[in-house]
Formats: sequence, C-alpha cells, structure tokens
Amino acid sequence: MTGPVIRLEGVQFRWRPQESPVLDIPLLEVERGERLFLQGPSGSGKSTLLNLLGGIARPEAGRVEVLGRDLAALSGAARDAFRADHVGFVFQMFNLVPYLSAVENVLLPCRFSARRRRAAEAAGGLASEARRLLGHMGLNENRVDGRTVAELSVGQQQRVAAARAMIGGPEIVIADEPTSSLDAEAQERFLALLFDEAARTGATLLFVSHDTRLGGGFGRALALADINRASAVAA
Amino acid sequence: MTFGTILHLTWRSLRNRRATAGLTLFALAVSVMLVLGVEKLRTEAKASFANTISGTDLIVGARSGSVQLLLYSVFRIGNATNNISWSSYQALASHPDVAWAVPLSLGDSHRGFRVLGTTADYFAHYRYGRRHALAFAGGKAFDDLFDAVIGAEVARALGYQVGDAIVVAHGLGGEGFAAHADKPFRVSGILAKTGTPVDRTVHVSLRAIEAIHVDWRGGARQPGLGVPADRLRGMDLQPRQVTAVLLGVKSRFAAFKLQRWINEYRGEPLLAVLPGVALQELWDLMGTAEAALAAVSIAVVAAGLLGMVTMLLAGLNERRREMAVLRAVGARPLHLFTLLVCEATALAVGGALIGLGLLYLALMAARPLLDAHFGLFIDIAAPTVRDLTILGAVVLAGAMAGAVPAFRAYRQSLADGMMVRL
Repeated sequence: MTGPVIRLEGVQFRWRPQESPVLDIPLLEVERGERLFLQGPSGSGKSTLLNLLGGIARPEAGRVEVLGRDLAALSGAARDAFRADHVGFVFQMFNLVPYLSAVENVLLPCRFSARRRRAAEAAGGLASEARRLLGHMGLNENRVDGRTVAELSVGQQQRVAAARAMIGGPEIVIADEPTSSLDAEAQERFLALLFDEAARTGATLLFVSHDTRLGGGFGRALALADINRASAVAA
Repeated sequence: MTFGTILHLTWRSLRNRRATAGLTLFALAVSVMLVLGVEKLRTEAKASFANTISGTDLIVGARSGSVQLLLYSVFRIGNATNNISWSSYQALASHPDVAWAVPLSLGDSHRGFRVLGTTADYFAHYRYGRRHALAFAGGKAFDDLFDAVIGAEVARALGYQVGDAIVVAHGLGGEGFAAHADKPFRVSGILAKTGTPVDRTVHVSLRAIEAIHVDWRGGARQPGLGVPADRLRGMDLQPRQVTAVLLGVKSRFAAFKLQRWINEYRGEPLLAVLPGVALQELWDLMGTAEAALAAVSIAVVAAGLLGMVTMLLAGLNERRREMAVLRAVGARPLHLFTLLVCEATALAVGGALIGLGLLYLALMAARPLLDAHFGLFIDIAAPTVRDLTILGAVVLAGAMAGAVPAFRAYRQSLADGMMVRL
C-alpha cells in the first residue's frame, strides 16, 4: 500500500448541532514512518481529532482515511476492530487497567486484536515480547513483576503504556500528551525510547502536545491551529 | 478469545475490589441461603406433617369438621365436641371390612402433655413417616391398669425414666387443681423419638382413663366416693365412650365404602376421614403463611441483588478511565456491557454457590436443635431439582440485574470514547 497512512480531508466535527464546529480540517496527511508533532493547547480539538482517528467519533462531513480505509464506511464494531489492529494509543495519564499487572496491561491489545497477537507471538511469544518491550522501555522484570501497576511511578506507568501501544507492531502509534506528567529528564528519556521503538517497528508516530519545546526531535511539527480552521472561532 | 479475555478481566476486576465485592457476595450468599433454607424448612415441615400418621386408613370421630377431627385425634390440638359411644365403637370394630380398630380417649393431661387412653393395639398399628411402627426406647407397653407409656419428648422434658411414678390431671389445665393424685401411674415404657405428636403424649389404657374417673361425676370429685386404687383393679372398667377411632381396612378399596358406611351410620352422627385428604386440607389452610414466607425470602434475594447493582453502579464512575483504556485498546462498547454483565453474573453464581454451602453448614448446625425442640428431623440431602431451579433463577436474575450497570457502562463508554474528561 502506498499513499499517506493518515489522511483527513474536509473533516468537520461538532459535539452538538447548534454549537460551532470544534474541528474543520481541510487537509491533513501523515506519511508512512513519519514522526509528526502536532501542537495545540488544550481545548483546541486535539482529543476530538484523536477520537476521529481512533474511529470512536465520526465526522459530520469529510473523510477520515487510515491506512487507506475510509473509517466512515466501517461499522462501529469494525472500526473498533480496526483500531485494535492498527493503532496503539498512549494518553496523558491513567493509561493502565489498575487491576492488571504490567505485562497483562501490555498484552491487552493482543486480547482484542488477533493480528497483533499473531505478530507478538511471531516475535517470540506473548509474555516474552511484552517483557522485551518493557525491558526496552527501561522496565526490567524485577521492577514490574509482582507489583500492581498502581504501585508504579507515573513515569513507569507511561512507559508501560508505550510498550502496550507498540506491542504487535501496529502501523500507527498515537501519543496524546504522554509526557506532560513527567519531569523534564523523564520526558527526554521517554521520547527517546518512543522514537527508538517506533523506528524499530516502522510505526508512524503521531505525537500531540501543547508543549512546543518537545517538538525538536520530530520529523515534522504542525500547530493544530494552522490546519484547523475552527480553532480561530473556538478561541 | 475475546470472551475469555472478558472473563479474565471480570475475575481480576472483582478480585481487585474484593472488599466491596466480597461484602456483596456475602449479602447475596446469605439471601440465597435464606431462600433455600425457607424452602427446605417448608418441604421438611410439610413432609413431617404429612408423615404424622400413616398406615391408618380412616379416622373416625363424632361428626364435626374433618380438620378438627384430625387436629384433636392426631395432633392433640383442641378438643372433641362430642364422643363416640362404646357401642358404635364396637359396631365399627366388628365391621367385616375392618382389619383393626384402635380407640382413642382424650381429655386428660400430665404437666402440659396430653394423656391418651387407648389399647395396646395402638403400639401395633400406629404408623408414622414411611410406615414406621412405634418402637420402645425402654420398657414396654402398658400391662397393669396404672401403667403409662410416655413419648420421647415427655421423657426428655420431664426427665422421666421407666419405673417413675406420675400423676395425671383431669382436664387440660395445669397440675394440681384437679389432680388424680390418689391414683398414681407408673412409667412402664418410653417410646423412641418419632418427630410426631406421639412424642408429646402420655399413653395409658382405656380402662385406666375410666378408673381415674370412677369417683368423678360431672367433672368434680364426689366426696366420700374415693375408691382405693387396689379395688379399681378388680372393677369392671368398660369405657362408655371414646373420643376417636383409628381404623385399618382389609383392602384399600374398602376404605371408601367403609367411609360412606360410617358417615351414614344410623346409631349416631359419625365422621370418617381419610388421613391423607384431611392432612392436605389442613396444610392448605396454612397456604397463606407459606406464600408469605416465600414472598419474604424472594424479597430478601431482591434486596441482595439490589445491593449488587448498587455496588456495580457506584463503581462505574471511578472505572470510567478503565473503560476508556479498554476502548482504546480495541474493546467495543458491547464488550464493556458484557464485562459488567459477567461481573454481576459471577457475583450471582458465587452468591448462589456460597449460599448453598452456608445452607448445608446451617442445616448441620441446626439439625440437632430443630430435632430436639420442634421434633423436626431434617434430612440433609443433595439439592433438589427445585433448589437448583431456585439457584438458576437467582443467577438469571443476577445476570439480568447486571444489565442495568452494564447498560450504563455501555452508554458511558460511547460518550467518553478513549478519553475521559473529568
């Protein structure tokens, strides 16, 4: 497959019909393997954009294409399955299911996506692949085993979440403010690990943050305000 | 695969909230135990009740109601309004269809226990439960005029042993105000426990009943008429009347014919009832209480399930992030719905099983007490089909009640998506 991994065209979205649109994006294309930094303050429609890309929200106008598939053409269940197969997410905080262990959290996508489970199995087995990713994120076994994820520090939790987003090699990894609850040093380390792993799997990385200082290491940096015509109205 | 994941999540999620989930489980288990326990008691009471008398084909008394006749003749509750004359008894006993006839004479008491005048045939023909005959735990049937055979409960409550002397009171009041103290009885035998009113009865011979009333006229002692006990032994103590008669027939088919013959008996107005029919009639009278009991236990289960729904609903708000995470890794809203229904179902199944276990523990603990105090011997057996139906209904109701929080989780996950704005 050639062409952009993500393509938004003429996308409009509003929460309620009488409200003004939150998003109005004439065009956004993200190429395969790209590392895109998307900057926007909170309230600029970032979350909405991610919900559109995840197939959780549907635009009222325009097309959202992910890996060449028009998400609007898929049923709700198919969009959920598509997301499970192809997109890994890391959020700002509370990424983990509190009652599962770190390894079980990392393996969650493999529970909902047969494709990612097969990929992880092919990479050396589910548990060992999860451990490998955790180790790569600087969390070796004795730091996470036998502890509930709630006992991990916020930085450690974010790294578990990153390992989860990467397992089974999804084509797209979307990170939404994953570092904003980390201190500067931890932020750098986290970004480095994220880049490393994305480069290894060839995943396209879409990184969303309000913090412009983080944009340095990315291949391309965009301000949401520049591509979203609705942001002027919202502000 | 996905369903296996959801079951795994169900288990881990409940384990994570083991304090609240445990309490909910316990409440459900107690309610299930109550429902099964009430059901068990009801069936056991009914069985014990129906087992009070068996092997007797007809009970005959003066004409009144069949339930009343059953109550005074078998359960020793209430009094006969009229007696049967001795000649009618003899006519019954000599009827060609009658295999055996046992006369019963009631009206006296001993320290709160009824005294029953009868013949030694009573011990041969009275049957209870699955045709169990009366057995002697000690001693033997009455032989002498002043011999008495006491039921197991009488012996236990009053601490009597074979050979003890007892005094029978006239009428059913307490001791002392009209005691036949001049004619003491001797305990000749103690019956083995039966779980029927027999346990609470003092049995003496019909002649003994006559004997203690020889010097009584119209319910009061005649002054100067005191007859020494020794002289009584030589007297003709033919009873003039009896209270009721238990009949056995030669062939089962004869019972109905005989019943009709008795009910149309010319000599005096008599009533013959089939014990099984009368027992059923009496039990039906208690139908309302039975229904009320069932309603209460159902309400208890409903309260338990309500508690469970409350717990799951209350937990949903703090689980919004967890739901959002699951959505982000690919769970469909339907999966979250299923997760909540599974949690409810798991709690219901756990409650049902633990409740069943608690029931057996409670039964084992309560059995000796029920046996000793109420003469109710509970048979501890495997769950009946009805028990399993109740358990199934609880699980089903639990799963259905789980749909309430599940639907809320479903709606919530649709609204929240992958990100919770709190």
